[in-house]
Amino acid sequence: MTAHLPILIVVLPLAGAALVALAGLRFARIARGLSLGILAAATAGSAAALMQAIRGGPLQYFLGGWAPPWGIEYVVDPLAGGIATLVAAFGLAAGVYAGPFVRNLRPRDAGVFHAVYLLLVAGLLGITLTGDLFNLYVFLEISSLAAYGLLALGGGRSVLASFRYLLLGTAAGSLYLLGVGCLYAVTGTLNMADVAARLPGQFSSPAVTMAIVLIVVGLALKMALFPLHGWLPDVYTYAPAPVTAFVAGVMTKVSAYALLRVLFFVVGLGGVTPDILRVLGWMGAAAALAGSVMALAQTDVRRILAYSSVGQMGYIVLGFAIGTPLALTGALLHVLNHAVMKSCLFLSAGTVLYRTGASQLQGYQGIARRMPLSLAAFAIAAASIVGLPPTGGFFSKWYLLTAAFDAGRWPFAVVLVVSSLLSAVYMFRVIERAYLGSAPEPAPGTSPPGEAPAGMLAPMVTLAAAVLLLGVFNDQVVSNVIAFALPPAAGR
Amino acid sequence: MPAELAAHAHYWLTATLLLIGLYAMLSAPNLIRKLMGMNVLMTAVIVFFITLAAKTGASPPVLPHHHAEATAADYANPLPHTLMLTAIVVGVAMTGVALALIIRIQKRFGTLDERELLRMLRE
Repeated sequence: MTAHLPILIVVLPLAGAALVALAGLRFARIARGLSLGILAAATAGSAAALMQAIRGGPLQYFLGGWAPPWGIEYVVDPLAGGIATLVAAFGLAAGVYAGPFVRNLRPRDAGVFHAVYLLLVAGLLGITLTGDLFNLYVFLEISSLAAYGLLALGGGRSVLASFRYLLLGTAAGSLYLLGVGCLYAVTGTLNMADVAARLPGQFSSPAVTMAIVLIVVGLALKMALFPLHGWLPDVYTYAPAPVTAFVAGVMTKVSAYALLRVLFFVVGLGGVTPDILRVLGWMGAAAALAGSVMALAQTDVRRILAYSSVGQMGYIVLGFAIGTPLALTGALLHVLNHAVMKSCLFLSAGTVLYRTGASQLQGYQGIARRMPLSLAAFAIAAASIVGLPPTGGFFSKWYLLTAAFDAGRWPFAVVLVVSSLLSAVYMFRVIERAYLGSAPEPAPGTSPPGEAPAGMLAPMVTLAAAVLLLGVFNDQVVSNVIAFALPPAAGR
Repeated sequence: MPAELAAHAHYWLTATLLLIGLYAMLSAPNLIRKLMGMNVLMTAVIVFFITLAAKTGASPPVLPHHHAEATAADYANPLPHTLMLTAIVVGVAMTGVALALIIRIQKRFGTLDERELLRMLRE
């Protein structure tokens, strides 16, 4: 059983998706229970694999018994295991939260929703665990396909936004695949470890340069790195809340993980990579500033959060670009922190929308008195985005800031501070309305909106608690997990 | 120069298809045309992989069972073809989802012209 753990983590949700779709035809409740059970099992499996990888080194699994480089290999090293645990756990949290949303769908559609949602999670888990470049492409497109479908569930505007995302996302996938083709032409292999072993003599080849550039552009488009972020704000704004919370929390992070995997593990910082990291650094800095500035100009709370995501992705890429162990620690810690806090924020915004129908800033007037728990979760996560201690966001930013100074990249340090100040302004606009504004009198004959149902509150409060716990125990997270996940090229 | 051009003809074909697809995706106002551009772009990748597998004087990679000694150089590389089979499936699925979304857009907004759609969204 444990020998097959790496593949089970991926196959369980993948096969479960078909099962849930079938069950959903007749029994919507069973479909939901089944899908949550599978997500819980995937979370437990990922966490177990992560523990094993940290204690006893990476787990390898050869699909169908074919040894690499001929067969496809799955590798759970601490980095892959950590990201997989993150993906599965968030899949579970957003899946629980989706309950009230799914009940509003027709019973048959509910089954399809759960099935496609499982496909999305399976795709993302596949990306993290695979050790094969082409397999990564397939899972990238599986997860994207599922995401296009789910993101289009929010009605008219979301369909158009999702279609535009589909065009760009597919183009990005094709560029990645073309890059993989170039690498294959040079090395004759698709296995990541094998490519890494064969590349060092080949860096003078223009095909390798071409390959790295194509892969980086493709993944940067998937992770919405400024200025390739055009698809993101509309998609995040109009999609249903549970889907946005999951997609905003982990999907762009998984693309960032793929970028880290290719640049630091496969290419190993050879050839043109240092130049690419320099460019990525400035793109990240531009993203951190532009995302925060554009968030200031928005009046829709979900749009503020979407542009804030563009900015926060910038921090992560900035960490990759500085490339020292300290910076990568900060970047990975920020992947974790941002997933937790942004999901929490989107869940809170989704709850307010669910209860009051308001997504504009004016609609948040005095809302904290009506929905104290939801808004408390929002405030805690917002404090983490700004980077106030003792929330998790403070510590990842602190790592990044220290790393920028240590590496002598002081412009990046300035960018980090300025962007944080800007995020304080746009987050405070929401908090001020919610806590200090006076609530409008409810129309006669109607009762004012109350607190969210328990199924929505539970994941939200858990995430808000996680924001605080990640801050308090950041030292343990870094020394017990992230320290093992750093790429060898960067040194320990 | 012409000889060099001919030797790299498949790269030129890939690059040309890629750019045609990208141009159509960016410039065509109609969503169906954008989708067709996306398909052309995906075809470029398929052409690239398939031409990668070609070898002069090689035969299809089918090994006769009495033919004991086979060298890799005598056969075309089958792996890129199988990879592209998967990529084609991905492309079909993408096109299917895209067409489903287009139907929803047409029903909801009554047009597939992007300029008009964006104008409607701003109002």
